[in-house]
Amino acid sequence: MATILAFAETRDGALRPVAAEVVSAARSLADEVGAQVVALVVGGPGTADAASDLARLGADRILVAEAESLSVYQPDLAVEILAGVVGDSDPTAVLFAASAQGKDLSARAAAHLGLALASEVTDIEVADGTPVVTRPMYGGKAYGRFRFLGAPALISIRPNVFSVSESPGEGSVETLPVSEATVPRTRVVGMEAAARAALDVREAPMVVAGGRGLQDADNWGLLEDLVAALGDGATLGASRAVVDAGWRPHSEQVGQTGKVVSPNLYFAVGISGAIQHLAGMRTAGVIVAVNKDPEAPIFGVANYGVVGDLFEILPVLTEEVRVARGA
Amino acid sequence: MRSIVCVKRVPDSEARVRIAGDGSAIDSSGVKYVMNPYDEFALEQALQLKEAAGEGTVTAITLGSDEAKETLRSALAMGADEGVLLRSDGSMDGLVVARALADEISQREFDLVLFGKQAIDDDNMQVPAMVAQLLSLPCATVVVDMTLDSGTVTAKREVEGGHEIVEFELPGVIAAQKGLNEPRYPSLKGIMAAKRKPLEEKDVTVSEPGLELLGLAPPPARPEPQIVGEGPEVVPELVRRLREEAKVL
Repeated sequence: MATILAFAETRDGALRPVAAEVVSAARSLADEVGAQVVALVVGGPGTADAASDLARLGADRILVAEAESLSVYQPDLAVEILAGVVGDSDPTAVLFAASAQGKDLSARAAAHLGLALASEVTDIEVADGTPVVTRPMYGGKAYGRFRFLGAPALISIRPNVFSVSESPGEGSVETLPVSEATVPRTRVVGMEAAARAALDVREAPMVVAGGRGLQDADNWGLLEDLVAALGDGATLGASRAVVDAGWRPHSEQVGQTGKVVSPNLYFAVGISGAIQHLAGMRTAGVIVAVNKDPEAPIFGVANYGVVGDLFEILPVLTEEVRVARGA
Repeated sequence: MRSIVCVKRVPDSEARVRIAGDGSAIDSSGVKYVMNPYDEFALEQALQLKEAAGEGTVTAITLGSDEAKETLRSALAMGADEGVLLRSDGSMDGLVVARALADEISQREFDLVLFGKQAIDDDNMQVPAMVAQLLSLPCATVVVDMTLDSGTVTAKREVEGGHEIVEFELPGVIAAQKGLNEPRYPSLKGIMAAKRKPLEEKDVTVSEPGLELLGLAPPPARPEPQIVGEGPEVVPELVRRLREEAKVL
């Protein structure tokens, strides 16, 4: 039977949220071409237990490579394991998340296997039994549709774009041997958590982004209050201007030279809407703009705009959101 | 310290992108082209490493059409010692580019190969890791900080919610993220000197692509914007619409 291989990524023995999106997307593609879904999970102790959850999302076979040495992402080992599975299962397509790990691994695997890779894909169709993908380019200013000329098709999917749905698969768990012989050329020796254990701006379903209109780095408390009122799925974002000014870390920058984001809800506060910023957030589900300039380009892409002084508007907004979320 | 920096000519991030009539490419008329912004961080890093070592070379390589010589001139003006244009107009996916660059790099002596983490036109983020894999070199992508100590690189790699600390021995590959350094502006002296620096041109034949572009389209249209109103008084109405109309709260 034809196979769609899903690389379900982990960290510290747990599945990352994007793993569910990858397996769900693989299930949809497999249903269209009449294939089974094989999920590959590579990680540290505890991975096998966590991986069994993927049956719920449509994995027919779950292959687990578990070892202490794999607790953090080890690119050389991961490429070797993945290449072995691709060789054994001859998949029609291999799906990855377009995450830090997925993008690094998919590129290495593509070169290792001599296969083409489509990154940051936002849509997968099937034509003549092979995947046709759509992916944003030029920071989202254009979308390209591509056909694979060979198989397997390697695809990384953009976080927050493909929906997760329950679709039970057989879900048999098999353990893969992990070779201790490979000496990695590149060694991941540790992880350093961000000062605030925040959701990454690319993976958060809600983003509150601030721009120069905030006037000073010290005013970010206003946005943090709104994030807190929105709850668990919310995180901070920033415009290029405030990152360049040193007010916010680059990891929060949204835009063509920052991160391209697709949350369900995006608040643009004090952001005028430079073309490179709009490119990075225009695929958000609902955009809310708060700006004092009614002519600001951000209002051109916003579903809802409020014109006025953000220092007056934000506290009221935070309070109203808190009440709405509590209700 | 011998570094090779791979650079690419791309439309400026402030450029408006229009799609050419047949959907096969963007309309380049009136578009300002620049060195890929992430490549500037890579080049700056190479220049700083050479300065710290007190000796060495920085070679800028680009793959593309004749116009990419402008980008090499910018690299030379910033301080690169020599430029190499691999001239090709073939159709390219990430792997095609990586193979052509790896081919050229493998014929040279180097300690470190540096890239920007991605080019802001194709947005692939593939080529640095692919080149490393093709040349069996260690590699750290999306690097925001690096130190070099007796031939060992320690790099900080940006990941969701923090940084991975990555180590490897030279020779290796680094893909630069914003934050790695502050790229210098070319000085007038640098711009003048760039005109006399060596710029090699070679025609290359690239491998067959594995992806075929079926067409480019503009991004999906946004819904008609609504201005809810002015000032804090309209916030309750905004929140009502977010709850009841958009159903996102």
